[in-house]
Amino acid sequence: MSEMTLSRQDRASAYAELRRRKLVAFLFVAPLLAFLLFAFVAPIASMLFRSIHEPTVADLIPDTLDKMADWDGQQMPPREVMNQFALDLKRLANDRTSGRLAGEINRSLPGASSVIQSSARQLRRIDDAELASSGTDALFKANKRWTEVEIWRTIQQSGNPYSVDQYLTALDLQKNPVDGSIEARDGPKIYVDLYTKTLRIALFITLLTIALGYPLSYYLAGLPDKTANLLIVFVLLPFWTSLLVRTTSWIALLQTNGVVNSFLMAIGIINEPMEMLYTEFATVIAMTHILLPFMILPLYSVMRGIDPSYFRAALSMGARPIPAFLRIYLPMSLPGLSAGALLVFIISVGYYITPALVGGTEGQMISNLIAFHMQQSNNWGLAAALGSILLAVILLLYWTYDRFVGTKNLSFG
Amino acid sequence: MKKLSTVLTGAALSLALMGPAQAETLTVVSFGGAYGAAQEKHMIAPFVQKTGNQILFEDYSGGIAELKAQVESGNIQWDVVDIEVIDLERACSEGLLEEIPRNILPPGDDGTPAMQDFVPAALANECGVGVIVWTIIYAYNNDTVGANKPQTIADLFNTQKFPGKRAFRKRPQVNMEWALIADGVPPAKVYEVLATEEGQKRAFAKLDTIKKDIVWFDSWSQAPQLLNDGGAVMVQSANGRIFSAIKEDKKPFTIVWDSHVYDLDVWSIVKGSKKKQLGLEFIAFATQSKPLSGMADVAYGPTRKSSAAYVDPSVTPDLPTSHMEKGVKANGIFWADYGESLGEKFNEWLLK
Repeated sequence: MSEMTLSRQDRASAYAELRRRKLVAFLFVAPLLAFLLFAFVAPIASMLFRSIHEPTVADLIPDTLDKMADWDGQQMPPREVMNQFALDLKRLANDRTSGRLAGEINRSLPGASSVIQSSARQLRRIDDAELASSGTDALFKANKRWTEVEIWRTIQQSGNPYSVDQYLTALDLQKNPVDGSIEARDGPKIYVDLYTKTLRIALFITLLTIALGYPLSYYLAGLPDKTANLLIVFVLLPFWTSLLVRTTSWIALLQTNGVVNSFLMAIGIINEPMEMLYTEFATVIAMTHILLPFMILPLYSVMRGIDPSYFRAALSMGARPIPAFLRIYLPMSLPGLSAGALLVFIISVGYYITPALVGGTEGQMISNLIAFHMQQSNNWGLAAALGSILLAVILLLYWTYDRFVGTKNLSFG
Repeated sequence: MKKLSTVLTGAALSLALMGPAQAETLTVVSFGGAYGAAQEKHMIAPFVQKTGNQILFEDYSGGIAELKAQVESGNIQWDVVDIEVIDLERACSEGLLEEIPRNILPPGDDGTPAMQDFVPAALANECGVGVIVWTIIYAYNNDTVGANKPQTIADLFNTQKFPGKRAFRKRPQVNMEWALIADGVPPAKVYEVLATEEGQKRAFAKLDTIKKDIVWFDSWSQAPQLLNDGGAVMVQSANGRIFSAIKEDKKPFTIVWDSHVYDLDVWSIVKGSKKKQLGLEFIAFATQSKPLSGMADVAYGPTRKSSAAYVDPSVTPDLPTSHMEKGVKANGIFWADYGESLGEKFNEWLLK
């Protein structure tokens, strides 16, 4: 009956005090929250949105699309629609925006760009009244592709500001223009291959960092504090060096007349220089080097905490060294190992600078293609779709990991 | 509180005072290297000296992607851009450039009206004014290419006879044309063939034969560098880059003029630039007879006839204009039409 001893006023002031504390606590977190919203949640949300939203065509030729609304896409569209399109195209040519329409349509129908651009150029010379009555003929005269129903269907479909087409492209699929079923894309299929290649390279790098990092961390963990701290500095030193510097020094090492080749030739192991730079090999080597500290640090910090007497006890009870290691030491070091592996794997899946610099065309990963579509081809929708898929793949892998190993088993030190 | 408001007022005041007194800063973007240095010397510096405005002179590596990103996102950072005509048509038709009125162009130093003084191609597109006639050649390094010296485009694609890496710029332009020429298409028919599906397949098939021997670069300034440090024994290059490597740095390079693809560079203004007026002023200044003649320093031909009077005759044999009969005119309209689809196919081909 303790609440009976409190007056109503006391209780109210106690609650007020509690609310005040909660508010203060919230105010402390608020900057971080705002930062996360602006720097993390908002960009991801806008990426997801952009991957399905592309209003360019709808903005450029609204009148044509209006008139197309009733057309079923099976036969040629009515002349009225095509006349309107001819008018719109002339207007775009004069506004200098026909290129944007051409670029957009071309994404769904490669080759359409030239049809639209050259026709737009010819329509500029014809006056509006004539186009309104016989724009169709003018189009047919400008390019024979306008007599094919396919290009009109593509225009109609591109006119829809919301579509999942970018996701289909990103998975090497396409919608059949006639019946709308989903089929393999004709033309080169590169994206799925590139995703598998990216995952394969990332896995390979993770295994390499484990192979190099595990014995080293084990050795470091067994050393007296003073020596271990000194050696850890050697691990950290490259880690503190600029990523670009480390990557470009790999260029100096691996190039045709580079350090490695000259050395191997000088000691007579090879007769002519090996091709190492601009290959997948270069990507793997350079990334392994760069990501190694991400493996060593969590491993080392976990191994420091493992009491060596367990291992010695197992040996003294008669266990052979290898089974003793596998059954005693390895399970205890597992939180560090899985934390390191997860870090290295996820970082390398999204890696971009190193493959771009040393990978040539063979050593490119999916993020390089995302960058290509952002910077070169300006296909932001496709870049967003590719990015979203990458995000989904990583979340899926993390979920699988959580399911089977459990995130409680992670220790970053 | 009082202190803060004093500081703020002070800052606002000084900003307001600075505004009108400070000259404007124009951002001009070009290709850097020896060419950029010549522009700096003959166009940028004299303009700054004459008008008192500042110019921020930056490099880019061509193409229209960056332009497009700036215009479409509304975040315009460049004012005046040096564009290759091969990209100009497309940039103009996509609404990325301002129109440049012809009446801003002064007559030539010999009194010829601008419209007659410029070579016609320099004013063919309303979005730009020609700066140079230049060309894309390939060049080899005498020391590393071997005993046989390549002479034709076919030799560039012949790795049996001429082993070693070749360095090309990483874009379909010029590479597709050369592949067809090496495959036996007469230069005059190249664009006609390239406009067909079979022609494009044929070009890619030809490129396939040397794919593993190609080193790709992004920026023209990398070409002489690759040739020098052994990254490649033959490189595709803008002629001026190799010219200045030979003349200034005494490099053992040789230019091959066979089927060079010549083109113009123009000055143009980014759509929506806040300094359009100053940009026009700069373009009018930079395309006068005297500044244009300075481009011959790096073996690029001036686009005004009246500039010839200022050009050192010893440079003339190295100008693209002296090798026209061997050359192919880059087709800007073709690339405006097919640039997008070929660019896509090219990238997919690279990754295959």
